[in-house]
Amino acid sequence: MTWIISTENIQQEDGQRVGGKGYALALLAKGGFAVPKTLCVTSQTYQEYVRRTGLRERILLELNRKSFKDMRWEEIWDCATRIRNMFLRKPIPADISGQLKQAIHAAFHDKAVVVRSSAPEEHDAVSSFAGLHESYVNIQGTDAILEHISKVWASLWSDAALLYRQEIGLDVTKSAMAVVIQEIIVGDKSGVAFSKNPNDTSQGVIESVYGLNQGLVDGAVEPDRWILDRQKKTIISHTPAERTHWVIAGESGVRLDALPEKLANLPPLNTQEARHVFELALKAENYFKSPQDLEWTIRQKDLVVLQSRPITTLAPQKNGDSRSWYLSLHRSFENLKHLRDKIENELIPAMIAAADKMARRDLSKLSDQDLAAEINHRWEINQKWTNIYWEEFIPYAHGVRLFGQIYNDAMHPEDPYEFIDLLTHTEMASLERNQMLADLANRIGNNPSLAKALHEGQTENLDPLFLEAVNRFVEKFGDLTCAVTGGTQCEQAPDGLYKILLEMAAHLPTEADRQPMKDKEALQQKFLSMFEGEQKKTAVELLDLARSSYQLRDDDNIYLGRIEAQLLAAVREARQRIDARLHGGSNKKIAAELLKVVESLDHRPQFQPPYQQKPENGFVIQARQLIGQPAGPGLAKGPARVIEQTADLAEFKYGEILICDAVDPNMTFVVPLAAGVVERRGGMLIHGAIIAREYGLPCVTGIPDATRLIRNGDEVTVDGYLGIVTIGSAEL
Amino acid sequence: METSAEVQNRLRNLFESQRLAVVATQNGGQPYASLVAFVATDDLRHLFFVTGRTTRKFSNMLSDSRVAVLVNSSVNQESDFHEAISITATGIAEEIKDPERRDILKLYLSKHPYLEDFAKSPSCALIRVTARSYYMVQNFQNVMEFHIDR
Repeated sequence: MTWIISTENIQQEDGQRVGGKGYALALLAKGGFAVPKTLCVTSQTYQEYVRRTGLRERILLELNRKSFKDMRWEEIWDCATRIRNMFLRKPIPADISGQLKQAIHAAFHDKAVVVRSSAPEEHDAVSSFAGLHESYVNIQGTDAILEHISKVWASLWSDAALLYRQEIGLDVTKSAMAVVIQEIIVGDKSGVAFSKNPNDTSQGVIESVYGLNQGLVDGAVEPDRWILDRQKKTIISHTPAERTHWVIAGESGVRLDALPEKLANLPPLNTQEARHVFELALKAENYFKSPQDLEWTIRQKDLVVLQSRPITTLAPQKNGDSRSWYLSLHRSFENLKHLRDKIENELIPAMIAAADKMARRDLSKLSDQDLAAEINHRWEINQKWTNIYWEEFIPYAHGVRLFGQIYNDAMHPEDPYEFIDLLTHTEMASLERNQMLADLANRIGNNPSLAKALHEGQTENLDPLFLEAVNRFVEKFGDLTCAVTGGTQCEQAPDGLYKILLEMAAHLPTEADRQPMKDKEALQQKFLSMFEGEQKKTAVELLDLARSSYQLRDDDNIYLGRIEAQLLAAVREARQRIDARLHGGSNKKIAAELLKVVESLDHRPQFQPPYQQKPENGFVIQARQLIGQPAGPGLAKGPARVIEQTADLAEFKYGEILICDAVDPNMTFVVPLAAGVVERRGGMLIHGAIIAREYGLPCVTGIPDATRLIRNGDEVTVDGYLGIVTIGSAEL
Repeated sequence: METSAEVQNRLRNLFESQRLAVVATQNGGQPYASLVAFVATDDLRHLFFVTGRTTRKFSNMLSDSRVAVLVNSSVNQESDFHEAISITATGIAEEIKDPERRDILKLYLSKHPYLEDFAKSPSCALIRVTARSYYMVQNFQNVMEFHIDR
């Protein structure tokens, strides 16, 4: 078996096993093009590795936990994260790694290299995987190169690659990956060239940046752009970029740096160089007999081809190419830093101000007409912030994901979600709320007469200090049993809150119950010690960004809840007026505007009816063991409490298992009472999972039909290690 | 007639070639059969498998440790009737804990490396079946018994 092969030894029959990129480089070298010295790790090496380590079946087990089409993108991301960690933790068998190291050392000695993916599917030229798999620039030393080969292999299973393969109908069980190892050419300027413009076949296109190509390829650096005439080989137009940054080689890897001022006003290519690059692209097109997409670099005077592939988008595509959409799932560090600035300094303060402004308005003093206008106004404000939530806040969650990947790459942890331990116990608004609830519960727990009065529903003469604290809580967090985002018909009454508080008071946590704080400080030190110099600075910044992103994932809903509470308050005022005048014997007529606006709001999200067991021909179906995703380690048993609507939360009892469709942060206050959490919506970073992890509870997410297949009071066991929920009696 | 060494080899070959076995447990007289991924020791005295702690078979084994394990070479073809070999082991099941568990897990994962996450989960138990007897069926209805001397 050939594990690694030098480009000069690649023959025609090797096309499939060296992948599209490797084979094109071998042909370019044979055709006399200047290319870097290159080795190819064959796809057979990949196949032998996954076969011998058991990864082949482990990956397929992971991907088949549930039907791919039923998986939310978040679940696919989780899946990809677990698979990537498998590659990082399973070393290449010694006999293979020995041969690889020998060949790599003989070819490059201690020189730095570029490790690139070379997907065999790309060789067929029907599909382009450009940008979907990873490449690593400036890697030095055989051990580091081997580790990056594993990372390139893992990128075969990234969320974007999985989705793309699924869309173009490639069989994942046949996926394999070859890897190209190239001597690094540290060019002064680099770029891409399309021998034929996909939008105008009489033209060609060149894009160029200063420094390495990496900045252009991942979108961090805007390139200068030239359009050329294919016939005359002349420049039709040049669109200069706002040249501010370049990507250069660091100690290891690459980094984005400010562009020296003297280069900022000068295009990276002069006319002669641009034509020279274009001629090279045409030469490649002529050589391969198809239009080419060329990556090139210029070091001093030498123009070198880094890779060349056919332009697939020229052929009419049946389904369109949505790779760019999949790639946009991942945000760069730079992009996230801008987003953070906007969210923290602009959006959140504006959101709080909007809620406060509404709260200051005395609704009882408004005329019916003004109240109707106010409801419409508040409805619009609520819509506006809901949209901002989806457009700005949701993408910011990628900060957590980016950190997770960097953490796992550096630490190779056994638990691919260990990184969350560095993000938790931050000042989340929901934790502040839960703390306030715990304080209220404490007051009841330490005051038997108060507890008795609440039990008996004697709420008229409650301790004023207690009532004041309850009011403070409701003012800040609203009535817990009201639905958020979508609900407009909530009767505010503290009965539900009292029920929960009594339950909490009866089970006040003891010292022994408290989660032992993991040694976060030591873990953080260990993580940061994996980096040096510039990289360490970036790691510190990234950790800070991830903490803010993690915290916001919870807080944004709380803030959104406050906005919605103001809409609800206005609607409630309207309903009370209508009720009072209809039933209170008042002669005063209700303004038509007000009636109309309240009627138009009469919609609430419908919950699915619980799963009914109807015997059909004597055949009764019952769920026994349901598989989802492990989202919080641990094993717990208890009676199920199925939450169908927010008001059900008031019935929650200590030691029950919370079964719900989707936990939003405004619901998580019952979590301290729960023994475990089961959620239909899947993902490791959803609110239910985050809060369960905070409290150290077993949690399983992504169980389709959880609220239909599990009934209130069912005995349920939550296996948060394997992501399994067992219904019915089980020994622990 | 086959020698004891030949019979033992036959068992060993079957156990090595097959990944899955059927384990029979019972509760209150109700038998229950489950499919498991197993490994056998070279001396044929023990079979091992991993099960979730929340499963019926696990709870059954806690109340009655007597089990039967079936391993066979059928491939769902007509020829199975004359070609396939089936071996039923009867014996006692028990959970193995650390430090022995760690060594046995190595053996188990060398045969089933893809089950690493499952086998190492704290919610799963590693079960050892100490075989008392083997019942080997071949040529459709030829049955030989092998009892292990203790």
